[in-house]
Amino acid sequence: MENFDYLAPRSLTEAYAALGSGRTSLMLAGGTDVIVQLREGRKQCDQLIDLKHIPELMSYGFAADGTLEIGAAVPLAQLYEDPEVRRRQPALCDAATIIGGTAIQSRATLGGNLCNASPAADSSPALIALGALLVIGSDRGTGEVPVEAFFAGPGRSSLQPGEILLQVRIPALGAREGAYYHRFIPRNEMDIAVASAGVRIGLDESDRIVSARVALGAVAATPLFVPSAAEALIGQPATRETFEKAGAAAAAAATPITDMRGSAAQRKHLVSVLTVRALERALERIREAR
Amino acid sequence: MTTIDRPTYRIVGTRPIRPDGVEKVTGKAQYGADVRLPNLIQGRILRSPHAHARILSIDTSEAEKTPGVFAVLTHKDFPVAEDKIEELGESAVNLKELSDNILASDKVLYKGHAVAAVAAINGHVAEEALKKIRVEYEVLPPVLDVRDAMREDAPLLSETRFTKSMSGQASDKPSNIAAITRFQGGNVEEAFAAADHIVEREFTTKMVHQGYIEPQNSTASWNSDGTLTIWTSTQGAFVVRAQVAEVLRLPVSKIRVIPMEIGGGFGGKIPIYLDPVATLLSKKAGRPVKLVMNRTEVFMATGPTSGSSIKLKMAEKDGIITAVQAEMAYEAGAYPGSPVGAGAMTMLSPYNIENFVIDAYDVVVNKPKVSAYRAPGAPVSAFATETAIDELAKAAGMDPLEFRLKNSAHEGTRMVTGVPFPRIGHEECVRAALESPHYQSPIEGPNRGRGVASGFWFNAGLQSSVSVAVNVDGTVNLIEGSTDIGGTRASLAMQLAETLGIPYDDVKPIVADTDSVGHNDVTGGSRTTFASGLAVVEAAKDIQAQMISRASKLLNAPEGELRYEDGAVVSSDGSKRIPFAEIAAAQGRTGGPIYGNASLMARGVGGAYATHIVDVEVDPDTGKVTVLRYTAVQDVGTAIHPSYVEGQIQGGVAQGIGWALNEEYYYNEDGTLANASFLDYRMPTTLDVPAIDTVLVEVPNPGHPYGVRGVGEVPIVPPLAAVANAVAEATGHRFTDLPISPRRVVEELHGLA
Repeated sequence: MENFDYLAPRSLTEAYAALGSGRTSLMLAGGTDVIVQLREGRKQCDQLIDLKHIPELMSYGFAADGTLEIGAAVPLAQLYEDPEVRRRQPALCDAATIIGGTAIQSRATLGGNLCNASPAADSSPALIALGALLVIGSDRGTGEVPVEAFFAGPGRSSLQPGEILLQVRIPALGAREGAYYHRFIPRNEMDIAVASAGVRIGLDESDRIVSARVALGAVAATPLFVPSAAEALIGQPATRETFEKAGAAAAAAATPITDMRGSAAQRKHLVSVLTVRALERALERIREAR
Repeated sequence: MTTIDRPTYRIVGTRPIRPDGVEKVTGKAQYGADVRLPNLIQGRILRSPHAHARILSIDTSEAEKTPGVFAVLTHKDFPVAEDKIEELGESAVNLKELSDNILASDKVLYKGHAVAAVAAINGHVAEEALKKIRVEYEVLPPVLDVRDAMREDAPLLSETRFTKSMSGQASDKPSNIAAITRFQGGNVEEAFAAADHIVEREFTTKMVHQGYIEPQNSTASWNSDGTLTIWTSTQGAFVVRAQVAEVLRLPVSKIRVIPMEIGGGFGGKIPIYLDPVATLLSKKAGRPVKLVMNRTEVFMATGPTSGSSIKLKMAEKDGIITAVQAEMAYEAGAYPGSPVGAGAMTMLSPYNIENFVIDAYDVVVNKPKVSAYRAPGAPVSAFATETAIDELAKAAGMDPLEFRLKNSAHEGTRMVTGVPFPRIGHEECVRAALESPHYQSPIEGPNRGRGVASGFWFNAGLQSSVSVAVNVDGTVNLIEGSTDIGGTRASLAMQLAETLGIPYDDVKPIVADTDSVGHNDVTGGSRTTFASGLAVVEAAKDIQAQMISRASKLLNAPEGELRYEDGAVVSSDGSKRIPFAEIAAAQGRTGGPIYGNASLMARGVGGAYATHIVDVEVDPDTGKVTVLRYTAVQDVGTAIHPSYVEGQIQGGVAQGIGWALNEEYYYNEDGTLANASFLDYRMPTTLDVPAIDTVLVEVPNPGHPYGVRGVGEVPIVPPLAAVANAVAEATGHRFTDLPISPRRVVEELHGLA
């Protein structure tokens, strides 16, 4: 590990100024990925900018319209320990509770998980399915981008030099909407997704699916938004048969590789299994909420 | 659960707290990474980026000029090593190859092979200096799989290696097959011709690592008088001393090895990797040097156990196994020395089989040199045997345990080497398994299955020395030289307390360094509680004799009229009695300190058997196998400390479950180990292993005064086959390749491969 400076700006203004200094920067939102990468020599920097001292990035709450607004450096444990977050956004907690262990979750963040841009990250498919938006800031102002447009490749986000991911905005679920995220791992803990699926569906009064979003993890170069799976669902009754068609569409969209975590054939197969199971559990959540 | 009566003991069979327990749970115990010395500097190792290459040149000049660097080392700094075999207890090593494995000389033979080393003021400077070492390689094609390496046109790891056989050289051309060994008995052809049923299968397994928590480490301090002190994590300080002496051509008397506490070994901490490097860096730098591997280095460059390929044919007639033909090839890694021989010698040991031919191939590949791993060689050969036996039992229409019982080996049955077994306990294990609540209960529900398997391990004797000093307060210090991995301070102290008739808490055991106790071979081969235990009992008898002599003075009675009994010396008519503590208190005025010794080459080893039962459930959609219930039955001889015996059994089972279901060295085509971390090398976590029930069958070993058999290794032998047999029941598919990972299961069940 080479020497680098550690900076802990107290405001966004200070953080933007540090980013504009011309030195190579990395940002630390939780550090559970970036510190390991620095130690192993997989990343280098002149300065490491700790975002955990910037108040806007360390707070979260529900807006008037029900949108959950989460600062990029809020620890995952803080989110899933909040009963209101668990009640109103259970699919977010599906992901937040399985990213690392308890100790990791007290440091790790949505901002860090997203910016690390792993194709296998657990938060990404969940947030894509939930239709979340990301607020990106720089000294020139702020803008919004859907999560599915945030990734450029393995380990690469669309963040430009000088930009910081500030906030994750998750729209409220309607009364007849449900969401679910899960992954497949060979063990029961301490593992990275071999494949994963996040879904959100909305039903009309006759249990016909009127809205749907499906996203996958670990089966492409980036987390994958799958509109074709949603198309297979919308307008159809919420049945196993419908779900299996969505599963098949999801599998068809996946472009996995074979590596030490699993084979391409296994992952395609799992995508279909996981999508169907996620849809069934999202449906259960809608029914339980009634 | 104890199933066979044995004598009643006062301390043997109880469960006292281990002497090293408090220090370990309070974090005070000193491990190798805790070593701090004045002027200590840090070493780092440069490793090969290629799986197979010739080293053309190494330029260390820029690294040497780096500020803060004290020393740079390459193989040129090592003495030229001889082609000589050194016995290490559970394994043997060729010194030239050991030396080349520690720092490569002409070739690198696996990715991660050590090439050069730097010692610097801190680790960061050392890492910077490593980047400045220029190594010119001629990259060669690697060969990674055992069957590929056996092909005539395979890339050769060494142009001067010819196949050896028991009758001498067996190849006229250089080969990656380092050795072929045949074990043969009876007439296989006739038996196959007359068989009712024949099973023929091919099995493969991948390299797997022991997965000890503590990485290898070594701190060396070279002194200006030519003496050397090494602090290290090892299964045997004397074996470190012997290897360092041979590799560096130093007299053993110049080397003092101080064994630190050990964070797991399982056989992997018998060979040396860092000690000679730390030593020569220290000699060059004039300061003590510390080396600690990171996890990736441990996976890439220490010894896992062999991947294997086994072709097995087995015949049955009238419920009797009549013939076995096996061709087994084990990966030795970069240098010869796989445990294929032990695999061959153990695979039929639970049974009485008249006709057999086993051909065992030791094969080098471009992967790290294997080292011992808990019953080395036996788990994968048992995987093959016990799978085939399961199928034959079915074909014969018999319960798999009844079939094993009918074919069981017993006292007098000959091993494949021709040696007859002494008193052994396989039949008792199978009977206990049949009667166990687990086997008596039905297994119900879809996608569930039950499997059983047996296993054998020889266990080792080897050399042990202990000393016992009697303190004036009536307590004793037990000075031993066996690394305490699984609770042997306790199991030895208990045997001493039992033999002396004193309280367990009055024995204070210490694991001494190589200058402070007689020679001890490694803690390996499940030998310590047995062999060092024998030495402890002998030393206690030495103390007893001295106590009688002292009591004779104190009681004014002739020695011949006195005997040692229940922690006291008593006269034969029972009229006079003087307790241990009183004799101890008087030692200064009855002839000086009372000090007992024993050194021995342990004879009378008792082999160990185990029979396991496992229930699994398979998710047919994801291929994930969940272990629902596990019962391990084992003949433990006599359980000195039943909790630690159970712990050994449960640990072996957990490792076996990992091996069966998920663990594997996963190589990319270029020879890169792609999963060199605990994240991707999937050992089971606590959430992946159920509570493991143990049944301790006690068939005392007649070769030990308390009947001790080694217990540590055999529990890893049956699980691979037991799990595979259970998965076969659950799915109707017979998996003959390990691991039975979700990938493999889902590809098989859904025809995806």
